[in-house]
Amino acid sequence: MAAKPKLRRRIWTTALGWLAAGILFFPIFWMVLTSFKTEVEAIAIPPKLFFQPTLENYSTINDRTDYFSFALNSVLISVGSTLLALLFAVPAAYAMAFFPTKRTKGTLLWMLSTKMLPPVGVLVPIYLIFRNLSLLDTRIGLTIIYTLINLPIVVWMIYTFFKDVPKDILEAGRMDGASTRQEVFQVLLPLALPGIASTGLLAIILSWNEAFWSLNLTTTNAAPLTTFIASFSSPQGLFWAQLSAASSLAIAPILIFGWLSQRQLVRGLTFGAVK
Amino acid sequence: MSSTLAVQPNQRTSSKRQVSTLPLVGPSVVVLLIWMIVPLVMTLWFSLQHLNLLNPDNNSFAGLSNYIALLSTPALWISIFNTLVLVGSVLVITIGLGTLLAVLFNEEFWGRSIARLLAIAPFFVMPTVSALIWKNMLMHPVNGLFAYITRSLGFGAIDWFAQYPMLSVILIVSWEWLPFALLILLTAIQSQDDEQVEAARMDGAKSLAIFRFITLPHLGRAIAVLAMIETIFFLTIFAEIFVTTSGGPGLATTNLAYFIYLRALFEFDVGGASAAGLLAVILANIVAIFLMRIVARNLDV
Repeated sequence: MAAKPKLRRRIWTTALGWLAAGILFFPIFWMVLTSFKTEVEAIAIPPKLFFQPTLENYSTINDRTDYFSFALNSVLISVGSTLLALLFAVPAAYAMAFFPTKRTKGTLLWMLSTKMLPPVGVLVPIYLIFRNLSLLDTRIGLTIIYTLINLPIVVWMIYTFFKDVPKDILEAGRMDGASTRQEVFQVLLPLALPGIASTGLLAIILSWNEAFWSLNLTTTNAAPLTTFIASFSSPQGLFWAQLSAASSLAIAPILIFGWLSQRQLVRGLTFGAVK
Repeated sequence: MSSTLAVQPNQRTSSKRQVSTLPLVGPSVVVLLIWMIVPLVMTLWFSLQHLNLLNPDNNSFAGLSNYIALLSTPALWISIFNTLVLVGSVLVITIGLGTLLAVLFNEEFWGRSIARLLAIAPFFVMPTVSALIWKNMLMHPVNGLFAYITRSLGFGAIDWFAQYPMLSVILIVSWEWLPFALLILLTAIQSQDDEQVEAARMDGAKSLAIFRFITLPHLGRAIAVLAMIETIFFLTIFAEIFVTTSGGPGLATTNLAYFIYLRALFEFDVGGASAAGLLAVILANIVAIFLMRIVARNLDV
């Protein structure tokens, strides 16, 4: 008797849960489906659910649009800015986690608060500085911006991961006469590596998808995929099948990274205020 | 817990290493300080100048006249109103639906982990791609899927971006951010005390009552944090508008961010754009102050 309402409840939640997931995922599904159609099928009315799939869009996309140079920009800029941010953040997080002073909390909070500056507030000066230093439409320029906008989150997350490393282990190494350098490189970093890696993953996701600075500071040479895809918005660029293929390729790696780092995402983007 | 580490900088315990922290923390602090101060001071300075890049010789001190001119521009007030409508609507939609979805995904059901992966996917799609999927494949008045559906139902096609431009942008942004709300609220709901819920259920409490009197109060803080983080992001929504409506038709979807962009990079009115930029900073800071208070309370150093 008792099992029956439980079963019924489970059937209901399964149906509702999958319905919600289906609705939310549908636009992505539709885009991936369109990427396997011909241009004529892509705009056909009534919309085609079943068709002879083609890989033509994927093979022609690079011939017609130079897709891979934009993809390369995205990879170089997001990975470069992430590595740079880690280079700045790891020493800072180390100092703050293991040698806190009375100023540490204030420093951390101040760093996080820089994330709350709206980018449009500084669009004009950044644009002019970039123009005067010839940084407009360069990979270096965008890499610098992304390093700076992600640095607070990266410092904060690595700080929390360092705090989770048991003090006893470091203590033991110290007793055995390990130098500071050995302690950091042979004990601490290996222990914190999964945390550092997932922090890096989050920073790559955020840089890859960033679309305010990339749209305003790049046009062609250094344009990452966000800017490239935006160029499809012009009326003469209405090649839906091609747009879908380009978009599918652009989001696939990040979707996988995102699925892998959901937990860190919550932690990083709420600064630990939601546990 | 970490109170043992609360030592003064100069009197370390013997087992502590002598590490000078300044060279370690310094670089991060310096670059962030430059990043924060220099552009902001420049924005403030520009906002007090008559400076138009189309006419660079005609450069003079303006005092507050940029601000006065700005505040008497109807376009500014329209863009602020649009910003508030956009932020408010997306907040209500994402937090309302996000709470329901979080409760749903907190229940055990078949294939839950896969369903959850699908549900959070939109958050990882870059904004320009999201905007174009919706603009072309779903909302296009002739070839879009929505037009096909409404025509089949006998309502005729809707030209979304012409007839309901703001609603269209709201739908796109909500679709992008609902998964974020779901993720945050699901994390919060999972820290709920299961025994308390079980005890209430034993006492005969209905699901709705449990939600109203146990789950919702438990989620209170998470919802507050979520609302503030979303507000800070939504105040400067840009790519979605840039790709779909370009702020139009007319000024129907011009928010504050897009207004500043038009002023700065189309009219090259550096002074006016800077004054509007400072306005955006002030608006964001009002929210940020409350958010930082909650973050500070949760930060144990």
